[in-house]
Amino acid sequence: MEDRIRIDAKGMHYRALNEKIHAVVAGGATEIDLYNVNGQRYIGDGIKKDVRITIDGVPGNDLGIFMDGPLITVNNNAQDAVGNTMNGGKIVVRGMAGDVCGYGMRGGKLFILKDAGYRIGIHMKGYKALNPIIVIGGNAGDFLAEYMAGGVIVLLRMFGRDNSSGAGDYLGAGMHGGTVYVRDGIDRQKLGKGVAVSELTEADRPLLEGIITEYAADLGLDADRILGERFEKLTPLSTRPYAKLYTY
Amino acid sequence: MLYKNPYNNYFDYVVQRDLDRCIRCKACVTQCSYGANFYDPDREMIYSLDANCVGCMRCSTFCPTDCIRIVRNPDAFRPNANWKDNNIKDLYKQAGTGGIIITGMGNDKPFTNYWEHMVIDACQVTNPSIDPLREPMELKTFLGRKPERLEIGRDGDITTKLAPQLVLETPIMFSAMSYGSINYNVCESVARAARELGTYWNTGEGGLPKALYEYGRQTIVQCASGRFGVSPEYLGAGAAIEIKIGQGAKPGIGGHLPGEKVLEGISETRMIPVGTDAISPAPHHDIYSIEDLKQLIYALKEATRYEKPVSVKIAAVHNVAAIASGIARAGADIIAVDGFRGGTGAAPKAIRDNVGIPIEVAIAAVDERLRQEGIRNEVSLVAAGGFRNSSDIVKAIALGADAVYIATSALMALGCTLCQQCHRGRCAWGITTNDPELARRVNPEIGTERLVGLIRAWSNEIKEMLGLMGINSIESLKGNRDRLRGVGLSEGELQTLGIRQAGT
Repeated sequence: MEDRIRIDAKGMHYRALNEKIHAVVAGGATEIDLYNVNGQRYIGDGIKKDVRITIDGVPGNDLGIFMDGPLITVNNNAQDAVGNTMNGGKIVVRGMAGDVCGYGMRGGKLFILKDAGYRIGIHMKGYKALNPIIVIGGNAGDFLAEYMAGGVIVLLRMFGRDNSSGAGDYLGAGMHGGTVYVRDGIDRQKLGKGVAVSELTEADRPLLEGIITEYAADLGLDADRILGERFEKLTPLSTRPYAKLYTY
Repeated sequence: MLYKNPYNNYFDYVVQRDLDRCIRCKACVTQCSYGANFYDPDREMIYSLDANCVGCMRCSTFCPTDCIRIVRNPDAFRPNANWKDNNIKDLYKQAGTGGIIITGMGNDKPFTNYWEHMVIDACQVTNPSIDPLREPMELKTFLGRKPERLEIGRDGDITTKLAPQLVLETPIMFSAMSYGSINYNVCESVARAARELGTYWNTGEGGLPKALYEYGRQTIVQCASGRFGVSPEYLGAGAAIEIKIGQGAKPGIGGHLPGEKVLEGISETRMIPVGTDAISPAPHHDIYSIEDLKQLIYALKEATRYEKPVSVKIAAVHNVAAIASGIARAGADIIAVDGFRGGTGAAPKAIRDNVGIPIEVAIAAVDERLRQEGIRNEVSLVAAGGFRNSSDIVKAIALGADAVYIATSALMALGCTLCQQCHRGRCAWGITTNDPELARRVNPEIGTERLVGLIRAWSNEIKEMLGLMGINSIESLKGNRDRLRGVGLSEGELQTLGIRQAGT
């Protein structure tokens, strides 16, 4: 089988499309170009190989769910739950993404060029070498980083439809691990309970620079312009926010 | 103002020690993990701090001279039919701490237990009973979607493509208990017992420790709202995947495994740092509707190439029948319903004791609804929530369950005495603790034996009960409510359970 495969997804049910993708991955394909994609769900679901999947059209919900390895590039917008419970690999969305992206994500990267919906990065985790990263170029809806337990989220508010306003409400509500970097100017009233705002330290700069350099390269942006902006850091006040809530 | 919290005085148990028989061996001191017994070297005597005693019987069990009696504290509050002892003590405790009261295990309140109001039919004269000791008796149970009709080819083989099934040698499985809420030795005991018995155990939401992957074929792996340990390997390792929506002991709320219990192995399996709280959100945030549930069910099926049944576990709540119908239509292969007497490693007491409905009525309601809608074959129904013996299980299957999940009774087989302190992580029986010194008290070898013993005994009793009903296969008991009668139930209760009054 060829290394590079083109698949026309026009009119295909998601199950047939994903069967086809699994079959070509099993056959040794390393580059898969999907075109005429129109809402098919679960693309990349559970794939554990380092393949590149490029999508023309709008993929459906749960893009890259449970996946561990592939690089998925979406040349348009994506829908809900991109990178859901994702283990490793990278998803680059050259447009907007819907709600609940990166839920329970414990590894890999999710780069979104423009805006993202509600509840992005809920309960992201980090453990030793696994350190998931989400970068949102535009704005994000309410409950960004809710219950966040690890990993890194970067909120740029530079490339979306409306970059002037702050993030959604309840940013970081219930956060008990991980870090959110936000471009300057988040309204403090938007923050969830238990979140501390601080200046970046020397230790933060190389991490942020590394992330932004990769993000900018993937999306054809000017990294220096982004890094020239002022950032603030959100971290949890406690790794055990509810420890004092209980008695017995 | 009070200088002492009253609840410190009004403790539940008193440790009585017969000093004539006490040999000062200090076994009770080392066995107690709550600091209730101590040795005073000056007086060369062993004393007890009764306030610390949780009534777990560990010390009295291990006393070599049998000199300890754990008795209820006779120091009683003035009798009051409205303000019971536990109301008073809980109130004092909360006034002193300002905390939500957390407890362990299942609802212990005296709600009507419908198992105790149902009796089983037997054959007399007109149809012969069967002796299971000498005649074949089948408990084999298949869980998963069943086809509407079977097509048989010319050679006699089934040509209908069957959905994936779990195959149980007995209709009893071990219910979800997470690694972290119970320790590794307990997980291993349960996993090994499941393999030996030809049934399944369930990881709960804490992931699957690497060393237990070898039991994968007997394992139901859970995917809960915290998504702890849910990796492609994990999904691939199990025989089935269960989406945990709810738990009978705490319907509608999430869970917190306290940081004290998140030690190295648990941290690795859950993929969170040591010492942080493992917080499970109340809902799955990618499931706000039946359509969303369908999306996750099929995401899991896609991830495992449609080779494994997907179960959805819910707590038994008021609208359980309608919810179960939605779950069946969302594509689940198995619905697990957990009644309000189901156990927990930690739940707010107010919720454990007051939220949800008994499993008995939930089974009846769900089975009835799915039959009415003509979709009963599309899902298997697994009942959970406080099964205490084989007759509870026989009654559950006659009401309409395909199989049951047990967890509290499994832990009791390993020594649990229902002291309800699981959340404290100091279990003196070595079950709900990750302290290596305490966890050693459960030996997986012996644990496996005891679990196998319990399930073998129950399975044999179930065979006896099938035999006396003249039934030679558990399949013929399913939903066979005609073999049950109610005693001491109201018209409404009989109707809900779908059974008739005894004598009619």
